[in-house]
Amino acid sequence: MTGKKTKANEQEILKAIDKVKEEKYILRLYVTGVTPRSTKAILNVKKLCEEYLQGQYELQVIDIYQQPKLAQGEQIIAAPTLIKKLPLPLRRLIGDMSDTERFLVGMDLKPRK
Amino acid sequence: MAKKQTDSRLEKCPTGIRGFDEISDGGLPKGRPTLICGNAGCGKTILAMEFLLRGAIQFQEPGVFISFEEPPKDLALNFSSMGYDLNDLIARKLIAMDHIYIERSEIEETGEYDLEGLFIRLAYAIDSIKAKRIVLDTVESLFSGLTNVGILRAELRRLFAWFKDRGITAVITGESGEKTLTRYGLEEYVADCVILLDFRVREQISTRRLRIIKYRGSSHGADEYPFLIEKTGISILPVTSLGLEHTVSNERISSGIPRLDSMLAGKGFYRGSTILISGTAGTGKTSFANKFVESACRRGERCLYLAFEESADQIMRNMKSIGTDLAPWVKKGKLKFHASRPSLYGLEMHLVTIHNLIAAFKPQIIIVDPVSNLTAVGSSIEVKSVLTRLFDYLKASHVTTLLTDLVHFGNNLETTNEEISSLIDTWILLRNIEINGERNRGLFILKSRGMPHSNQIREVVLSDRGIDLVDVYLGSGGVLTGSARAAQEAKEKAEARDYQSEADRRMRQQEQKRKILEAKIAALHAEFDMESEEIRIMATEEKKKRNGLTAERDEMTRLRKADSKTDLPRDGRKRKMK
Repeated sequence: MTGKKTKANEQEILKAIDKVKEEKYILRLYVTGVTPRSTKAILNVKKLCEEYLQGQYELQVIDIYQQPKLAQGEQIIAAPTLIKKLPLPLRRLIGDMSDTERFLVGMDLKPRK
Repeated sequence: MAKKQTDSRLEKCPTGIRGFDEISDGGLPKGRPTLICGNAGCGKTILAMEFLLRGAIQFQEPGVFISFEEPPKDLALNFSSMGYDLNDLIARKLIAMDHIYIERSEIEETGEYDLEGLFIRLAYAIDSIKAKRIVLDTVESLFSGLTNVGILRAELRRLFAWFKDRGITAVITGESGEKTLTRYGLEEYVADCVILLDFRVREQISTRRLRIIKYRGSSHGADEYPFLIEKTGISILPVTSLGLEHTVSNERISSGIPRLDSMLAGKGFYRGSTILISGTAGTGKTSFANKFVESACRRGERCLYLAFEESADQIMRNMKSIGTDLAPWVKKGKLKFHASRPSLYGLEMHLVTIHNLIAAFKPQIIIVDPVSNLTAVGSSIEVKSVLTRLFDYLKASHVTTLLTDLVHFGNNLETTNEEISSLIDTWILLRNIEINGERNRGLFILKSRGMPHSNQIREVVLSDRGIDLVDVYLGSGGVLTGSARAAQEAKEKAEARDYQSEADRRMRQQEQKRKILEAKIAALHAEFDMESEEIRIMATEEKKKRNGLTAERDEMTRLRKADSKTDLPRDGRKRKMK
């Protein structure tokens, strides 16, 4: 009885993993002009996405100086902020993304401890 | 440390909140941040909100409300509960609003960051309506959403400096911490003005209090000021007692009892003065108050009657027994009763209620019956402070106030519970005089500022014709009142009658004597006249006789041819002598 159930679960998990692999990551990076921190964040995000989500993500970089209304709509407080809109749950990654470990946790690519 | 001396006074940003601008000497520091701190439910948000709303409506200074806690929908509801239509204000560009929502679980900190996003949003909101004021409620929410306290502190410091640069008057709210004023030590950054709100329950009565802890470069009241959250917003009890500068009136108004007026230099009370009628139970304090009300209503003045002991109906019924019918005045809108139990709400609430009634009804006369019942709701210091402010306010607005004060048996009659005597201009004391197994009411004027007044004790007689003041008799056993006085009066009347009849009798006697005298005089006159006549007749006879003799002698001389002493003419002319 228990063996059967475990099998089914394993299958489900594998399916879920495949799904995640197929799933597209919709990412928005909000920066403030061309400050060193903004530049650093853009570079870091691009590098990490290429490394972990190659061909599987859609990244848009937005300068909130140019579009302040977006900052309000997207509830931006800190800069830089990377919003993972999809897949759910929504996550806000703040900072220059220099902490790879926390980046992966934030992207739900690594389990939280 | 050398103090910076500035030529110009610190510019103030008026809040328009009742009483606040008085205690803060004009409002909040203009172009600087102010911290409002206090525990949950003490009214921080409402105070901040009212600052913004009044700024926008009364002072043409648009404001931005940044909410970290409540979503705009709830806020709009809060605003509307204070009688403001938020959506309308937003449409008219008087208020801008942003809700900053921080969900801890969504956030992952991946390195260095700043709060530029927040700055951009604030700048956007400020620029959209050219705001002069901003409220951040409660900025501390950032601390619960973000973990890097070092960054937060640095960014907040930058934020407040940024407000100063832009000349924006900011209000930041903060929750009280255990040892610090705010949980995250915001007071360290916002150093210009710190206001502490407090919500306390003591003896089942809750009071909100406000204190200005710090106000750089400005004088301010240092006390804890009670305040209330009312339908129209915050009301800090006006502290007009900061100065004694009210002008006074020389007009005199009748007390409604002619004899009492005559005791007060014949003219009654000064308009705008504070009158205290104190006495033990049943001495007629309320009756005096009502006579005063009646006469004021007759003059066409508006009276506010604050009854803390009896209902309006009861007072009106009872006053009919002394011939005072107040019902027509109530109907005409000249008289307004406000009856409430003193313990119904806190002292401060009473004061605010009174203030509101005064503002709405605009009376010339106010009766507080009795003021001593207010002591039931507060400690004597509190009562004094509240009453001082109330009386000062009333005096400043030229409202004549009559207070009754119940003095308890056994207490010294001349001390009032509240030690309010220094606030009183005219103090009338009613006391029971017990003598010969009966109790009567005595009245005297303990003091009356600025007018000569009678030093006599009068007896108060209440009848269906009203209140009468009669003289008391001073006998060997003390003052005589009531039946003893009546007996004394009767006795004196009888004595007076006796004296009068005696006098009448004497008068009659004297009249008779006069008549007798006159008769005697007449008789003497008659006798005298008779005698005079006799003498005249005798004199005539004598003359005749003498003439006859002379003629005879002349004849004899002629016959004897005797010499004449004088060269008498012989031609027969008349003689020289007869």
